[in-house]
Amino acid sequence: MDALIIETVVKAIVVLLVISALAGFGTYLERKVLAFMQRRLGPMHVGPFGLLQILADGIKLFTKEDIVPQHANRLIFMVAPAITAATAFIALAAIPLFPEFTIFGYTIRPIIADLNVGILFVLGAMASGLYGPLLAGMAQANKWGIIGSARTAILFLSYEVVTGLSILAPIMIVGSLSLIDFNNAQAGGVSDWMVWKQPVAFVLFLIAGFAETNRTPFDLLEHEAEVISGYATEYSGMRWGMFFIGEYANMITVAFLASLVFFGGFNPIGFIPGFLAIILKVSFFFFLMLWVRASWPHVRPDQLMWLCWKVLMPIAILNILITGIVLL
Amino acid sequence: MEQFAFYLFSVLTIGLFLVTVLSNNVLYAMTSLAAGMVIISGFFFILGADFLGVVQLIVYVGAVMALYSFGMMFFDATREIKEKNSNAYLVFFLGGMIALLLVVMFSAPIMGEGIVAMYPSPEGANNPQAVGLVLFTKYLVPFEVAAVMLLVAMIAGIILAGKKMDDSLTTKDENHEEEMTFSLKDVR
Repeated sequence: MDALIIETVVKAIVVLLVISALAGFGTYLERKVLAFMQRRLGPMHVGPFGLLQILADGIKLFTKEDIVPQHANRLIFMVAPAITAATAFIALAAIPLFPEFTIFGYTIRPIIADLNVGILFVLGAMASGLYGPLLAGMAQANKWGIIGSARTAILFLSYEVVTGLSILAPIMIVGSLSLIDFNNAQAGGVSDWMVWKQPVAFVLFLIAGFAETNRTPFDLLEHEAEVISGYATEYSGMRWGMFFIGEYANMITVAFLASLVFFGGFNPIGFIPGFLAIILKVSFFFFLMLWVRASWPHVRPDQLMWLCWKVLMPIAILNILITGIVLL
Repeated sequence: MEQFAFYLFSVLTIGLFLVTVLSNNVLYAMTSLAAGMVIISGFFFILGADFLGVVQLIVYVGAVMALYSFGMMFFDATREIKEKNSNAYLVFFLGGMIALLLVVMFSAPIMGEGIVAMYPSPEGANNPQAVGLVLFTKYLVPFEVAAVMLLVAMIAGIILAGKKMDDSLTTKDENHEEEMTFSLKDVR
């Protein structure tokens, strides 16, 4: 019992540190990739290839003054960024990150909490992440913030149905809600991947995932050209940084979910070992998010609702119906 | 360990829901209601009902509270609200009912010693499977009735909301826009 608790705590701390560091590195990657796609150089002055820019940004974020606006609701204003960051990391708890490995004769399963309803837990935890932007926007007594949080609610009400319904079809095929079962169901190599059986579900899940992580084309809650910075207008310093870390952790979570459910998870592909395979897949999905950001304009809120409720949801239901008939 | 978690969650839940009821601030009430819902899912996890815990998270914390908070958008969230209790008899009645409820709750462990599960979950079935088995055998009729009720509610919602669904507010032509501003002024 004690060993289990210690192991869990160590795993949680390792995941927290590594993902936070990756979130910092993610900002660098995002700026660099966007720059190259737009024929610029991106960060290049601090350190080799601008690599130390992350460190400079980190120092800036940590030492910046933490301002709370005069008429804001202090308590909620200060708690809101923590909600975003915490839910993002809680969602990661139920994701099997890598295959089992042995260190010093001790077998480690790189999953913090092996729930048999893992996939629902991840979606539920990410869903409760909506309270971060929502409360932040409502607490700061700023009209841009209110608009930002109204858009958060709209965004959530639109994508949530599509996420659930799109992932239902793969769940019906595998017959389990555990992400490890998903991984094991696709153990037979590339031809066993779920994406060949459920291409429609994959596309729907990817679109909903973009909405879930507030990425372009669905970044309507903090689109600078329309609502200044939306829910994050009044935030500065480390509290703003926590929103940022939460967003990048969510991106990584969605990338892990997509590769575990649809792209064979951490099974080895040919000569590539399992842990490298999943890192490659996650990196691809991360890159895809940046790629889409560089390529597409963002949509209006009403367009998003139209898309989710009138286009994606009927397709998702049809997909489930056809999957059910085939399975019967 | 489990006992510790149970008491921690109980205190937190009661405290948070008290804030929901007693606070004059919309924002505090909403936040504490959402947080209380999250913590209630913790009880399900302690009891080993992972599936129900996750459903609690998705349905109450996600969907229901998101709708509430969308309604909150129409209020000034940073202002205190003055509540009117015009009916003293209602307060008296509710207070008495709460007292009765407390008596029942505290006597529940004494009365409920001989309780055994009527439909024990079959050996080897994991959590979602056990829920599914009970739902599709013993409780099939209530389940179907609930499904029909939800369908009726959905159709009613579409009819109520869909009266002017075809003309979009953003893509209106000039004439319509003028009409709208006029009517808005009239209302004011």
